[in-house]
Amino acid sequence: MKKITYGEGIREALREKMLENKNVVLLGEDVGPYGGTFGVTKGLWEQFGEERVRDTPISEGVIVGASVGAAATGLRPVAELMFIDFLTFGMDGLVNQAAKMRYMFGGKISVPLVLRLPAGGGISAGAQHSGSLEAWVTHVPGLKVVYPSNAADAWGLMLTAIDDDNPVVYIESKVLYSQKSEVPERMTKVLFGSAAIAREGADVSIVTYGKQVHDALKAAAALAKDGIEAEVIDLRSLYPLDKETIFGSVTKTHRALVVTEEVKRGGYGGELSALISEQCFDELDAPVVRIGALDSPVPYSQVLESLVLPSVADIVKGVKEMF
Amino acid sequence: MYRKMLRIRKFEKTASVFFAEGKIPGFVHLYIGEEAIAVGACANLRDDDFITSTHRGHGHIVAKGGNLKYMMAELFGKETGYCKGKGGSMHIADAELGILGANGIVGAGHLIATGSAWSAQYRGTDQVSICFFGDASTNQSTFHEAMNLASLWKLPVIFVCENNLYGISVSQARHQNIKDISQRAIGYGMPALSADGNDVLTVYEQVGEAVSRARAGEGPTLLEFKTYRQHGHFEGDPGAYRPKEEVEAWLQKDPLPRFESHLLGSGILTEEELEAVRSEVDEEIREALEFADASPYPTPESSVQDIYSDLIEEARIR
Repeated sequence: MKKITYGEGIREALREKMLENKNVVLLGEDVGPYGGTFGVTKGLWEQFGEERVRDTPISEGVIVGASVGAAATGLRPVAELMFIDFLTFGMDGLVNQAAKMRYMFGGKISVPLVLRLPAGGGISAGAQHSGSLEAWVTHVPGLKVVYPSNAADAWGLMLTAIDDDNPVVYIESKVLYSQKSEVPERMTKVLFGSAAIAREGADVSIVTYGKQVHDALKAAAALAKDGIEAEVIDLRSLYPLDKETIFGSVTKTHRALVVTEEVKRGGYGGELSALISEQCFDELDAPVVRIGALDSPVPYSQVLESLVLPSVADIVKGVKEMF
Repeated sequence: MYRKMLRIRKFEKTASVFFAEGKIPGFVHLYIGEEAIAVGACANLRDDDFITSTHRGHGHIVAKGGNLKYMMAELFGKETGYCKGKGGSMHIADAELGILGANGIVGAGHLIATGSAWSAQYRGTDQVSICFFGDASTNQSTFHEAMNLASLWKLPVIFVCENNLYGISVSQARHQNIKDISQRAIGYGMPALSADGNDVLTVYEQVGEAVSRARAGEGPTLLEFKTYRQHGHFEGDPGAYRPKEEVEAWLQKDPLPRFESHLLGSGILTEEELEAVRSEVDEEIREALEFADASPYPTPESSVQDIYSDLIEEARIR
């Protein structure tokens, strides 16, 4: 086993697929010589050249929209937006075009596009650079959505995303970019719809993804000291969703807590919570608990930001209140 | 070209009748009066070239070689339609003919055509893309983003503006402060011109030059063709916002009789030959109608099919 960063995991998957298939191309703002805002594409421009790693104007509409046209006509573009917040400019291309094309056209046109979206707060980037907008994209039939929490999954999910014939929204946790974790010598795909059990436990299921997996593990360690064994489920792909693993865990533990970084109102956490309540009602010894950000844009000041975003303490508290 | 223009005109007239009778649901935006543009432009294209279309898409699809039977069946919401009854008038596509879809979103095609042109350039083919769009869509950011990138990357795309002088009910004078949309190309360093869109030969020639340049790797062109839609924005829209004199004046410039006069006047076709084409097209339309009428409606299961390329358990019928 070797250790690499989350960012390197994404990069190595991109490199692997670009070596394998000439139709895999990268585009986005500063992805070329600069190497990407968060350094993910560093070295790829030098290796694959200007034609395959294309710097675009700061113009998210055309990054997404042109990727749709290119994907529909033979390429497999991997597009990067600097921050998930900027998806507002590319939303038509993603939601009205990419997601609906196959369906509207009777199954005859595929859009094998991967859209990379760095997400989440925690770096004092303020309200327009700290978004957690997974609910917007998981809401849309026609899109697949993944959100890795470690280097191996980042790598394995990207391999799957590029090979997928559907538009895939690949959400990246920007506070994890530099975090190192173990990857096997030979990386293989992580299939969509396969959640991982990040920690086994018998007393409560914590369902989460991305950066919150790490928070949940810390919370689980704290809870263990009080004799509560939490099982932590890392969803890895938000759609398709591995319901079997979630329901299996809840059937075992009889309690479920969902933690996401997004604002709780209208969030994907609500969907997860409703699913568990609908499907596992008889198994539950307590109502499903949701932990999310406060109903607020993400503030700049570190003091306020840490208050608004969910914390390890919030998870510990949430679990304890279930007993 | 005459046959294609006639095919569009008669297809649209038929759609108008069946919409009024309630056989065609939803929204239908007809291309009557604008036939010269789609036909003149597409006459320069091969089957493997790409087009993007608009919500007024029937004309582009017919001009690019679309099948009338599948089109009519789609309008009727039938299983045999181009989109298996799930797309309708605004969402017809045919990947084999490079038709990347009619589009219900104003301005979406600019970006998609830019992408298909980039794809052709990258793959090293000499395929070109034609993006059809209306005057009002040039107020969308998509137009400007596409023009900038296409020009910057020298993409083989021809932006064909069908300026029918109205964005739904709002006249061009009330939605932008320029007279010629071709002026917009100046800001992007792109060649452009404005021309008569009701003369199919002019369109054919101008688009032909742009296509040659695009195939030769010389980049994009913006072409504006002035035209007029003879019906309202959508079927059922009485079009009361347009002055009678204006409508009358444009009817005098109807592209079909104009082309007929040219064909007769220059001795290319006789009246008998024209008549023969007319009855052949009538027969095609009749066959399309028969096909659409006799086709079954889609099955309930199909409502949740074709969302993804692979089966995902989620989509199920309650």
